[in-house]
Amino acid sequence: MLEIKDLHASVEGKEILKGLNLNVKAGEIHAIMGPNGAGKSTLANIVAGKEEYEVTQGEILLDGEDIEELATEERAHKGVFLSFQYPVEIPGVTVTNFMKTAINETRKAQGLEEMPAKDMLKKIREKSELLEIDRKFLSRSLNEGFSGGEKKRNEIFQMAMMEPKLAILDETDSGLDIDALRIVANGVNKLKSAENAVVVITHYQRLLDHIVPDYVHVLYDGKIVKSGTKELALELEEKGYDWIKEEINA
Amino acid sequence: MELKEKLVSSFLAFENTVDVDAPVHDIRSQAIKDFEEKGFPTKKEEAWKYTSLNTILKHDYIVFPDHENTIEFRDVKKYFLHDLDTYKIVFIDGQYSSHLSETTHDKIDVCLMSSALTHDKYKVVIDNYFNKIAKHDGLTSLNTAFSKEGAYIYIPKNKLADKPIQIIHFSTGKETAQMLQPRNLIVVEENSHVQIIERHQSLTDNPVLTNSVTEIFVDKRAIVDYYKIQNDNEHASLIDNTFIEQQAQSIASVHTFAFGGNITRNNLNFYQKGEGIDSILNGITIIEGKQHVDHNTLVHHIEPNCESHQDYKGIFDERATGVFNGKIIVNKEAQKTNAFQSNNNILLSDRATINSKPQLEIFADDVKCSHGCTIGQLDDNALFYMKSRGIGEKEARALLMYAFANNVLESVKIPQLKSRINKLIANKLGVNLGFDL
Repeated sequence: MLEIKDLHASVEGKEILKGLNLNVKAGEIHAIMGPNGAGKSTLANIVAGKEEYEVTQGEILLDGEDIEELATEERAHKGVFLSFQYPVEIPGVTVTNFMKTAINETRKAQGLEEMPAKDMLKKIREKSELLEIDRKFLSRSLNEGFSGGEKKRNEIFQMAMMEPKLAILDETDSGLDIDALRIVANGVNKLKSAENAVVVITHYQRLLDHIVPDYVHVLYDGKIVKSGTKELALELEEKGYDWIKEEINA
Repeated sequence: MELKEKLVSSFLAFENTVDVDAPVHDIRSQAIKDFEEKGFPTKKEEAWKYTSLNTILKHDYIVFPDHENTIEFRDVKKYFLHDLDTYKIVFIDGQYSSHLSETTHDKIDVCLMSSALTHDKYKVVIDNYFNKIAKHDGLTSLNTAFSKEGAYIYIPKNKLADKPIQIIHFSTGKETAQMLQPRNLIVVEENSHVQIIERHQSLTDNPVLTNSVTEIFVDKRAIVDYYKIQNDNEHASLIDNTFIEQQAQSIASVHTFAFGGNITRNNLNFYQKGEGIDSILNGITIIEGKQHVDHNTLVHHIEPNCESHQDYKGIFDERATGVFNGKIIVNKEAQKTNAFQSNNNILLSDRATINSKPQLEIFADDVKCSHGCTIGQLDDNALFYMKSRGIGEKEARALLMYAFANNVLESVKIPQLKSRINKLIANKLGVNLGFDL
């Protein structure tokens, strides 16, 4: 589904990704771990199409199609979703209205009619129950005054509404207490199917107790330096990243 | 002949159309002298440093359109808030239009300045209030000299105006450029409440210059909500001079929605003459092209324990220019004043300009006064967030602009008006979001 080949990318002239390769197939969950500054969030932002990054070499393929030239919203229309590490506050736009706009803009781009209001309401109800979100929450301004946990839960609610092919969760566990973590992970697991894929970017193992990855990759200095199964995450949790750095530098 | 000379010499002709023996005429005669002495403001004056009237004063304006143009309601319906039951005071080229208006004398007076200035019934109110707070600067004096027509609203004590009042000025100027001098007087007595919506709308491509003066008196515990919709075409300029005097525990708010016009200048003045007063000044400006909007505000805190809240948002695209000049004076006696002012701006183009200047003159020592001004661009990160949800560039930008202006929009108390302002903004931004914010 997602194939990244020899990706080099820089921001303001500084190279952050230095030849990254990643292959994610439908039905899989991949975790990307790594120390601060390794380029994890950069990878997430580049796949989603943030403009300030410049891809200098390599390819990003979604279902075999090079998406490098596509605008952020066009990638979203093709099923790419990014759960933000720091969701943005939008005063005056309610969660519900934001989702209506997002879904109908996406449907329009896909050549579909707007979703009938009744179906929209039903979907909102279903998905908010999945994320254990109170109805009142949906009429609040998007992310304004939300706690860290509420913001992250709202991100996964949006993911549930958008039903993406490829979801990238950027540090979704940061700022979550254990109950919220469980709710968020449960939501992601319920949304998981054989047709979609999830890339979980995280610092810590604890989210991976709940969202169990098929593959774990270590991103260090702009490259995937080690890949393995979920046991690798446990090893990283126990030993930290220094032994990886030593292996690389040796 | 220059416009100033033309206006001064027109005063003689004007005198043929009014009762020169009425006491009001002494005020007019003095005012034309003041105008002759002071003339139009120039950029040399500090308060006019960023707004030049030169380009709009060079037209050969007709000063009193003498013929009456008629307009059919269906042609101008869109300029009314027609989904709301309101009183309406409508003028076409400065003349009252009875067939577009809906006035009343039932418990409250919602009618014409021309009747109020000439009928005995209104004499006491006119004697007590007319031209009592209007300044004597050149522009205001010019209006005073030619004051004859406009809206007259009188709400006696303990009355709630049963529906909002719309004041609409149309200009048709079919043959030529036109200058208008509307004069409004609004008196709201103790414990009374009124909501007013004012709009100036040109229906012609000929230049129009409106020099409007409105005096508003808000007595003890009265509440006045005043909304100005300025969404005129690029040939119409407006100088709005509004003076508000508030008595103890009254609340007065003025919302100014400046979405279009050639040159728009708002001189908005609040005078607090009692304790426990709240004055609210809110504005949203969204302009583009070569449009110019200047908000010049004054809040004069004279008595203790009063508040004022100013919140002006501006969005400027292309070569549009904005000015915000907010003056707050706190007298020595006005202890425990809370005065807040904020002016936030977004420049969407490298060629757009905003000049923002707070002026605080504080003579009391136990007050809370704050002012803040920001000038920025739309947040790229927020745009990325919305686009990552499949929302296109134009819609994403529009949503962010809505979000930026939202708290001012939220403070509009008439739902139908709020919805209308929403639509005006959506039209300006060229989006249809499918919902009101």
